[in-house]
Amino acid sequence: MRIPPRHAQALAVTLLGGATGLTLAILIFVIVFILGKGLPVISLGFLFDNPRDMGKAGGIFPTLVGSLILPLAAIVIALPAGVGTAVYLSEYTRENMATRIIRFGTDCLAGIPSIIFGLFGFIFFVTTLKLGWCILSGALTLAIMILPTIIRTSEEAIKAVPASYREVSCSLGATRWETVLKVVLPNALPGIMTGVMLSIGRCIGETAAVIFTAGASLRLPHSVFDSTRTMAVHFYILAREGISNENAYGTAAVLILSVLLVNSLSYWMMNRFIARRTK
Amino acid sequence: MALAFTALASLLLIAIFIFKEGIPFIARVGFKDFLLSSDWRPQAGHFGIYPMIVASLLVTFGAMLVGAPLGIACAVFLNEFVSKPVTQIIKPTIELLAGIPSVVYGFIGVVVVAPLIRSQFGGPGLSMLCAALILGVMVLPTIISISTDVLASVPNAYREGALALGATRWQSVHMVILKAGRSGIVAAVILGMGRAIGETMAVIMVAGNTVQLPHSPLDSVCTLTAKIAMEMGSATGAHRQALFAIGVVLFLMIMMFNALAMTAIKKGFARK
Repeated sequence: MRIPPRHAQALAVTLLGGATGLTLAILIFVIVFILGKGLPVISLGFLFDNPRDMGKAGGIFPTLVGSLILPLAAIVIALPAGVGTAVYLSEYTRENMATRIIRFGTDCLAGIPSIIFGLFGFIFFVTTLKLGWCILSGALTLAIMILPTIIRTSEEAIKAVPASYREVSCSLGATRWETVLKVVLPNALPGIMTGVMLSIGRCIGETAAVIFTAGASLRLPHSVFDSTRTMAVHFYILAREGISNENAYGTAAVLILSVLLVNSLSYWMMNRFIARRTK
Repeated sequence: MALAFTALASLLLIAIFIFKEGIPFIARVGFKDFLLSSDWRPQAGHFGIYPMIVASLLVTFGAMLVGAPLGIACAVFLNEFVSKPVTQIIKPTIELLAGIPSVVYGFIGVVVVAPLIRSQFGGPGLSMLCAALILGVMVLPTIISISTDVLASVPNAYREGALALGATRWQSVHMVILKAGRSGIVAAVILGMGRAIGETMAVIMVAGNTVQLPHSPLDSVCTLTAKIAMEMGSATGAHRQALFAIGVVLFLMIMMFNALAMTAIKKGFARK
């Protein structure tokens, strides 16, 4: 039996629209569900108190600190390497064997799941380099994980800087390096920051790569050689070991809010960047 | 510019260290006994990971049954059937939601989906079905965002040509646009599979983690990733090496998926 084209069209629109609606509904349900159960738990005391009794009571302050320090440390490590790669790829070389290999390596790195990063960080930073479970091990592992994102967004941002800017700078007698430093990078900065924000968002939500490298200590860290526990890890432990559902919801709500905030910020920056570019 | 090789160097370092721990172990236990035996008792020196390979593949496949049709339908709808301003609101929303941490999805699986499965279909609730549903949702943003890019890159002339011949929108979509974007969409699905097979924390929470060959979707299973993450903290000696050997298997599977996806993408763009 053949369905007349017009009916097929109507049917297709209904089905496809339904699928889109369902997707949105699921994703929104996840957020509303967690916030609905978690927001009532959040209070100033919850945010700024130390956890008591393995997290059964008290607040989440140390994990908040962990979720702040670890991504920032990872960015500090990954940013120079990532932007350096992007500058090299777009300013200093043509497409050749070397750039193809670098791009291939970057793409492969982007596809590696976080548990492999966790395994690697554990055997390399924690065991072989004898750093132990600490912020430094965690940050180095996360830095490798976010490197592809930083490279890709930085490269896009650098490519988007008009060629005329470079030509003018060079015609004023600037060297290539001066041009990169004073003209290209400042103009690409908003684009690079988008990548940074996206990476921070990913680090905040990460669990598998963090739990085996930064550990899960609930004490406030005093140096980068101390172990720390991020909100995501804390939430995982609370939920998995059934320590406290109430505090798990609260932690999840703070976690989701911070990730959404960071990601919205990065989208806002990206849109502003694109708007400025097309002006 | 030695900096430019950091990514590559990291990749090599990761491969070397995982392989260095895992490969000698596989060689010692024997390729066949490791991959094809169902006997996983680390204390007794038995390290067969066959059930976990099967579980990982089945869960991934199940996730694709959920995620691929839904994701592709979404991408087609957003790209071909609604006006641009609407897409510009919905697409960022979906991408924003890609940032929801995997542990949160896992938690939703535990407190919402698993009880639902238990009361509707019986069984333990924490099961292959539950894992597949949760992973299917988790890969949606990946599939949607890549498929939308692929569909957007199909030249407008194709659409106009089809419409000018009197085709309805739907006919132009399934006869022309999906055909032109086929390899790109395949790539999107394969990348989604790579994400699903590598996902760990959400799976640990919802799959039940019993090492067994599943007989029905309602059985509890243990995936490769879950096994690594659960036992890493306490494992020593041969047991730890076994976990790294699982890492090797996982690494190779993911690399295979990535290579497939990259070829598919290249083919898609070469044709234009």
